[in-house]
Amino acid sequence: MKALRKLFDKMKPYVGEGGKYHAFRSLVDGFETFAFVPNKTSRKGSVNIHDAIDSKRIMSFVVIALLPALFFGMYNVGYQNALAAGQLANASFWGMFWYGFLAVLPKIIVSYVVGLGIEFVVAQWKGEEIQEGFLVSGIIIPMIVPVTCPLWMLAIAVAFSVILAKEIFGGTGMNIFNPALITRAFLFFSYPSSMTGDCTVWVKSHTICGLGFNVPDGVDALSAATPLGDAATSTFQGFDCQTIHDAITGFIPGSVGETSVIAIAIGAVILLWTGVASWKTMLSVFVGGALTGWLMQALGLTHIVWWEHLVLGGFAFGAVFMATDPVTSCRTEGGKYIYGLLIGFIAVLVRVLNPGFPEGMMLAILLLNLFSSLIDYCFVENNIKKRAKRAARAINK
Amino acid sequence: MAKVIKLRKGLNINLKGVAAPEVASLPLASEFALVPDDFPGLKPKVLVREGDEVKVGDALFADKLHQEVRFPSPVSGTVSLVERGDRRKLLSVRVKPDGKQTAREFDTGGDVKSLLLESGLFGFFRSRPYDVTANPEDKPKAIFVSAFNSMCLAQDFEVALKGQEKEFQAGIAALAKMAKVHLGVSAEQQSKALLMARGCEVTVFDGPAPAGNVGVQINHIDPINKGEVVWTMGAEEVIFVGRLMLTGKVDLTRVIALAGSEVDAPQYYKALIGQKISSIVDGKLKATEHVRLINGNPMTGVKTTGDGFLAAHATEVCAIPEGDNADEFLGWIMPRFSTFSTHRSYWSWLMGNKEYDIDARVKGGERHMIMSGEYDKVFPMDIYAGYLVKAIITGDIDRQEALGIYEVAPEDFAVAEFVCSSKLELQRIVRQGLDTLRKENA
Repeated sequence: MKALRKLFDKMKPYVGEGGKYHAFRSLVDGFETFAFVPNKTSRKGSVNIHDAIDSKRIMSFVVIALLPALFFGMYNVGYQNALAAGQLANASFWGMFWYGFLAVLPKIIVSYVVGLGIEFVVAQWKGEEIQEGFLVSGIIIPMIVPVTCPLWMLAIAVAFSVILAKEIFGGTGMNIFNPALITRAFLFFSYPSSMTGDCTVWVKSHTICGLGFNVPDGVDALSAATPLGDAATSTFQGFDCQTIHDAITGFIPGSVGETSVIAIAIGAVILLWTGVASWKTMLSVFVGGALTGWLMQALGLTHIVWWEHLVLGGFAFGAVFMATDPVTSCRTEGGKYIYGLLIGFIAVLVRVLNPGFPEGMMLAILLLNLFSSLIDYCFVENNIKKRAKRAARAINK
Repeated sequence: MAKVIKLRKGLNINLKGVAAPEVASLPLASEFALVPDDFPGLKPKVLVREGDEVKVGDALFADKLHQEVRFPSPVSGTVSLVERGDRRKLLSVRVKPDGKQTAREFDTGGDVKSLLLESGLFGFFRSRPYDVTANPEDKPKAIFVSAFNSMCLAQDFEVALKGQEKEFQAGIAALAKMAKVHLGVSAEQQSKALLMARGCEVTVFDGPAPAGNVGVQINHIDPINKGEVVWTMGAEEVIFVGRLMLTGKVDLTRVIALAGSEVDAPQYYKALIGQKISSIVDGKLKATEHVRLINGNPMTGVKTTGDGFLAAHATEVCAIPEGDNADEFLGWIMPRFSTFSTHRSYWSWLMGNKEYDIDARVKGGERHMIMSGEYDKVFPMDIYAGYLVKAIITGDIDRQEALGIYEVAPEDFAVAEFVCSSKLELQRIVRQGLDTLRKENA
């Protein structure tokens, strides 16, 4: 620890203003503040003591909350591969996990290298500190794309979203849209065939480093479609018990991190307990989705039972990890309820009424990202009006 | 019975080193200074020259814009230095005491306002909007006095009040001649002089910090509208007024708390405004290095050194660890059991009412506002604190007005600044916002 401290102290003159390696200031600074809590003390004229919480700790805890879903997702990648190859009986637990691990790891690396790389460059350019927001986006992105998504696509999409959805607005805290969702939306609309639709997207079909199985051609295509994909077909008559059971435990095809409701629930508990995510937003998304699902079912528009929407596809993942993003969601307490309800409502509405999109969560959250400021505006304006009325009353008196 | 207002929002921080309620005296310090920066919004004009003899209550400087507002010398003696900084900015007027404390006599018979102006005690009024030194031409809607400070390590006013109940009442009575007086009392305070104070409306506030902030109390009793002015005065300054009314003399003696984890035996001392800080703390600290001395409490006070002077409005001097040599490893993931945080990713919620020793580190880098609702939890006013801060940062004056900037002072944001995970310097931002707005509206 002391050696590390000394190393950073030694590096300081080189990366400082006018130093030989000044171009790496943001990089060294980023690593130093990760290794040691900055010793900077508060300035004269500001509060003398501070709460120990900072954005590094907050972001780290979101990443921790994402880990159960990520690890389960890795395991499920191996499980789906074995299932599709018809080799489930021959596959071991660790074999399936390591297969999934190897399948997902390159995506995590690409996402972080590209995204953080851009963050480092921007921080250097603006002379600011590295912002931690991408720590979360960088891990969410591999979790919300299909496991077969090519790395070059991922790299382009990450670069697109970090630059155009975040940095041009001023960085973490200033962005309007959730960068992880923009990444997914970019992939979804630019490379639709790699993102949705037929079975080959959701299941990895060849071995990695000797792990896993090669899926023979001609395997029943539908067996690997997502349940929501099934539901969008005209022959769909409702889910059987097993499908819903699998959707809750997570043994269904889908994006890496979104399948297991149980793993997501563990993450939700961590987020709510630490207060990083607002329970108001999270709860209202589920309530909105359930109410709309019930309405759709009552109107006879769908065979999906109202609560099944909540456990299928990306609904739970979106509600827990994406809708609650403090930057892009509503900032007023009342607004959070409306924001959440509308996300749930639109997600289910898209699922049921739009045959082109079996999944509506991404579009719902992005749409509400756009409207969150408007919702807040109404609440803040209410406060402003109240104050104006009070002033008018005082003048009349 | 007085009206009770319960406040739920806010945060009490249980800091180590609360002053024991015993009062000791200090020998007269060797140097005193009155610092214009202690009076926000003031453009000072020096009234004395180096070498001049002054008595207690003689004006050292005045407000350039309202020259009748004058600021009195706390001691009798010789003006030793008129200290100026860059662009001849007046930093302080220093007086070497002669030890006699001969005081100027004032005639207490006449109008209260002219007496306060004449004696220099008027300068202790602050006015809202802007939280600046009051303008005598204003007609305040009311005068608000908060009899308690809920910030950590702050002075317990009941300790200071003991034995001065008569002066306090006389002060309140004098203020009541100028405007309606509201006195804010905490639910814990028992003193009859407070609860039974005559000539004012007493309101009891029950809640965590910043319930003791007069701004919070105004917001709940009678909020300020655009175009209105209210004056505020510190509770101990009301005693100054009372002393003047009873004796005709200015006496700027405070009972200050010397508190904080770096103080050997935290307790109360009788001190004079402008007293050199070293004369208060010397020999009473545990360490001499890596200690932060604060003129005031850790939340709203200003960092100072032994060469600084007891600020005009400071009711305590605190010494806490500076923490500039802490080198804490991997803070973003370590459990950090002994660290205080309102956030559940730390363990404070498990520790009950444990006393914490918090150092002066910022403990994180400054970021844009990321989390929402952080400020609202500790901001017990009907104001969207986060939106107001954003309006100030972006310089949108119309929006600042609409969102209620006229009702706030920097100190009201102290607890919000403490909990802010983006480490924004809210008090500084609000101070700058108020100053800009005042210039624009002038």
